[in-house]
Amino acid sequence: MADLQSQDYIRRSASTMTPPSIRDHEREVAKLIDVSRCIGCKACQAACMEWNNLRGEVGHFEGSYDNPLDLNPSTWTLMRFTEWENEQGNLEWLIRKDGCMHCEDPGCLKACPAPGAIVQYANGIVDFISENCIGCGYCVKGCPFNIPRISAVDHKSYKCTLCSDRVGVGLEPACVKACPTGAIMFGSKSDMTTWAGERIEDLMSRGFTKAGLYDPPGVGGTHVMYVLHHADRPSLYAGLPDSPHVSTYVAVWKGLFKPLALAGMALTVVAGFLHWVVAGRNEVQPADEAEGQRVLHPTEDKR
Amino acid sequence: MTYPPGTLIRNTTAARINHWITAGCFVLLVLSGLSMFHPMLFFLSDLFGGGQWARAIHPWIGIVLFVSYAALIVQYLRDNMWNRDDLAWLGSIRRVLANEEEGVPEVARFNAGQKFVFWSMALLVPVLFLTGIVIWEVYFSPYTTIEQQRIALLIHSLAATAAIIVWIIHVYAAIWVRGSVRAMTQGYVTPGWAWRHHRKWLRRLATQHSGKPTPRTPGRV
Repeated sequence: MADLQSQDYIRRSASTMTPPSIRDHEREVAKLIDVSRCIGCKACQAACMEWNNLRGEVGHFEGSYDNPLDLNPSTWTLMRFTEWENEQGNLEWLIRKDGCMHCEDPGCLKACPAPGAIVQYANGIVDFISENCIGCGYCVKGCPFNIPRISAVDHKSYKCTLCSDRVGVGLEPACVKACPTGAIMFGSKSDMTTWAGERIEDLMSRGFTKAGLYDPPGVGGTHVMYVLHHADRPSLYAGLPDSPHVSTYVAVWKGLFKPLALAGMALTVVAGFLHWVVAGRNEVQPADEAEGQRVLHPTEDKR
Repeated sequence: MTYPPGTLIRNTTAARINHWITAGCFVLLVLSGLSMFHPMLFFLSDLFGGGQWARAIHPWIGIVLFVSYAALIVQYLRDNMWNRDDLAWLGSIRRVLANEEEGVPEVARFNAGQKFVFWSMALLVPVLFLTGIVIWEVYFSPYTTIEQQRIALLIHSLAATAAIIVWIIHVYAAIWVRGSVRAMTQGYVTPGWAWRHHRKWLRRLATQHSGKPTPRTPGRV
């Protein structure tokens, strides 16, 4: 894909200039994952592997439905299963499809030091341009959702692309295509928000009074949203952050401190130069040499 | 190494080699580190063969610097111990900066400014080393939480900035006070230089008739 030029960037990592963005007349897209309709079949996981030609190493059974146990460089989406006993003492099987949330204000992109290694298109998709990636792992620190994974083989960071290659030619992401229950929907963000509203209404009418849409404002909203039956407690769903935001440490480091540090260094150099101009160099004088000799050879001095 | 007759050995050959290994590592670390710190300085990574190379080699250079600076600490610790003369010297810092050193309290081998550089680095280098280990993705990322790595990154960049500023002061002072660079390249200074800048050290050398830059003070062994 890197051979096709993109002229629809709205953000580009480690770039101080406006990225090519003339083709910005694009609708913001969103993937809506309706947790209440998911049956945990993992068709989305399989479709992701198939479309993206990803084949992770075959692992071992770990006593959990989660398979593999965690995201990795070749697993960009993962079903996470939670068995939760609700207030009535009933078991609820909460299944969440985990993966990149495609934040409107992406922490990975903010933290990335490599120009153009992470970009955001006008449709909202956050994409890793791997040939620019230097493998530092800063995106891992920037991400509030613990998504990017660095490959030990090629030292590049990987995550869900929201099938930017498919979306770019008018197709829906592979996981959406494969979902047999319609739990994963894809379209414009406004359409998906409207659709989520209908789903939430339905859930509420069935007794899930806390049902709601997960589109966290702490990261400016996301382009992957969830319909949750327990939207008041997102962390029930395998630790989905309750109020995600880019870490303050990362914000200070990449925000205020970056220009301050360079200014501090530059000022020190300028101060040195000004001292050179005002006071000038400190040179040993012939009188000093005479005094020095006198200290070293006091007897000769007496003679 | 032979020194011109009548000069004083300021830094031994071993100390000078040690110093320049540290200095070389420091410069390489500044260049590769800044390339990963500010977008406008990313071009510096080209000096190392690209971003991946800069990222990969930076921590290894850091290890060399850490070991090298530890050796410098061993060699220079005794002459950098803080004492009352340093406060007196600091009290006359204006005269020192104005190149009017007559009347400034006498100092031994190192003045308070040099000790400040020594101790700043003695503090900052271990901080940079430890936080650097935490953020060394390739080998150490599984051993800490991401939150700890975020804190380590922030501290690492703060400490690095402080170290760079101290380093600029160190380099400028060496250029400003003539004869200092030669003291670290060829190792010797003239008696006049010692008289002007480190009179106590000169007096000690004179009373000890020592050929070494670090004669023991009377009463101390």
